[in-house]
Amino acid sequence: MSILIGRETRLLVQGITGREGAFHAGASQAYGTNVVAGVTPGKGGQTALDGSVPVYDTVAEAVAQTGANTSLIFVPAAGAPDAVMEAATAGIATIFCITEGIPALDMIPAVEMVRAHGARLIGPNCPGATSPGRAKVGIIPASIHREGRVGVVSRSGTLTYEAVQAMTDAGLGQSTCVGIGGDPIIGTTFLDVLQLFADDDETDAIVLIGEIGGAAEETAAAWAADHLRDIPKVAFIAGRTAPEGKRMGHAGAIISGGAGTAASKVAALEAAGFRVAESPTELPGLLREAGYRG
Amino acid sequence: MKLQEADAKSLLVAQGLPVPAWAVAHSPAEARAAAERFLAGGSDQVVIKAQVLVGGRGKAGGVKLAGSAEEAEAVAGAILGMDIKGMTVRKVMVGPAAEIVKEFYLAAVLDRAERRILLMGSAEGGVEIETVAATNPTAIVRRHADPNLGLLDFQARELTFAMGLGAHLKDAVRIAKGLVTTMRAYDADLVEINPLAIVRDVGPDGSTVERLTCLDAKLTLDDSALARHPGLEELRDPDEEAPEDKAAREAGLTFIKLDGTIGCMVNGAGLAMTTMDLVKRAGGEPANFLDIGGGARADKVSAAMALILSDPKVNAILVNIFGGITRGDEVARGLIDARAQQSREVPMVVRIVGTNGAEAAVLLKEASFQTASSLDEAASLAVAASRGAGAVA
Repeated sequence: MSILIGRETRLLVQGITGREGAFHAGASQAYGTNVVAGVTPGKGGQTALDGSVPVYDTVAEAVAQTGANTSLIFVPAAGAPDAVMEAATAGIATIFCITEGIPALDMIPAVEMVRAHGARLIGPNCPGATSPGRAKVGIIPASIHREGRVGVVSRSGTLTYEAVQAMTDAGLGQSTCVGIGGDPIIGTTFLDVLQLFADDDETDAIVLIGEIGGAAEETAAAWAADHLRDIPKVAFIAGRTAPEGKRMGHAGAIISGGAGTAASKVAALEAAGFRVAESPTELPGLLREAGYRG
Repeated sequence: MKLQEADAKSLLVAQGLPVPAWAVAHSPAEARAAAERFLAGGSDQVVIKAQVLVGGRGKAGGVKLAGSAEEAEAVAGAILGMDIKGMTVRKVMVGPAAEIVKEFYLAAVLDRAERRILLMGSAEGGVEIETVAATNPTAIVRRHADPNLGLLDFQARELTFAMGLGAHLKDAVRIAKGLVTTMRAYDADLVEINPLAIVRDVGPDGSTVERLTCLDAKLTLDDSALARHPGLEELRDPDEEAPEDKAAREAGLTFIKLDGTIGCMVNGAGLAMTTMDLVKRAGGEPANFLDIGGGARADKVSAAMALILSDPKVNAILVNIFGGITRGDEVARGLIDARAQQSREVPMVVRIVGTNGAEAAVLLKEASFQTASSLDEAASLAVAASRGAGAVA
């Protein structure tokens, strides 16, 4: 089944004619993802990816012409919230926003509009998602994956790659790997993804990669304690040595007024039955300890 | 980005919110002159407040009253230069001391879980809100602003009545809405008024009038939005960050100076935090957090290296790159260039995997770099190198 993306994905890339958009749209297509359209205002009528993908001026037109159901946004920070709202309004069901540096308050009306249209936003400031063997929507390198039944959800980019590579090297393949992003206001939370994995009959174990800031790990852990009791689950939390009050790269990675510490997240996850690694390389071993046989 | 109280109050004034008069003084003489003006204007006392970006100024002795210009000068002299929680007081705020009738707490904050602006109010002003949340949570009233319409009048009224500010309904509503407007106007994460106070003015005929005013203000701006507020960058307190952090920002790197001896260079914030954590786990102390971002080219790598080495305490460097968009060979070339230019010899452990990792390994081997294939191994080697190097004279 996989979650969020798969063989049924009909992908539209907003910003396809830019350098980032073109590169990653091409990588998605090479992976086997069905890239059906691109949108760059003013470049409608052109084609991308060696003539294989039509480019439209608006998302609405692209959806009408191609039935796109998923969007991948490579639009600079100033225009990204609008791109999200355009996609939601045009009927795109699943929207991935890679863009970093969006002012937090700009995301408030955007997430509201996504909610109002019954769409789902993943990100912003996220690497996207990959369902190994099926689809790749985002910037996660294809080479780190292998097919399997472990669901991975993470706030990070390269730290996720590190963890996934460790799992792949240990023979533990992934069902779907989702990057939810490093910003304070995001479209999809750890809890949302855990709920999707819980309903996914192709996911038998969970890897959660978190970091300092906010309380999303704690919220997800509390739910998992009741609803994911019997599933092998492991976690890694970055930022155990981060100082208070400093934004550690990600806009959402900040310990404020003593809240959002790594220690708090580790404690909540352990209380919920997660085995928490002290290094990403320990994750495969902990999965096996937790009873995962895949 | 945190703002000093005086700067935060300027923004509140610009949004039409009531704030007591003030002057900023950098010397006891300036404080004296300001005190003279306020005392001549009818105040019995002035309040002198340290301007530092940490809480607990009062407890640390950084907030004091003075009843005369001489006293103000002496008080300012004592507070200026004081160390409060590691920050040196370089300026003070001088203002007329108010007769406080009651203190409240009111703040607008970004609520990440609800994904909205949250107004929090309490009749327990002048106390840390975290303490109230822990000891008396029902004393805090909350309303979430509408994602598009902001804080509605009826919500501001509900907050006002729940806080016991009904006698000042109009002003309280205006202030509550004003906090949200301020937050949106400047892209703040936090606009905190603690205390929001009822103060009493005594007229020349002895009559008294009570009014609401913002006695303190704490404002934190969203760094991601600063580019669209050009004037606000100038308000950055130079003491808030190390000069290296500022230089890094200008070079497009994310850098936070820490206290240790092992410099770190990583691509990706989560991985950079992890690298610091693993250095500590291996028994070392990280000297910095540094994220060179995605797709970094050789020139950025060189700039990063120079930044790390500008810290004289650094006696070993750990480079950890997991290339996705970032190409390992590009980073390797940058490291080779940087090492040729660097001002001093420092042992380096380099771990580059991912895109073009194999090409990177060849380049690094030819240039005699110490390499590692796993992150844990790299951290151990870096710690060993740091211990071997010993303290830098």
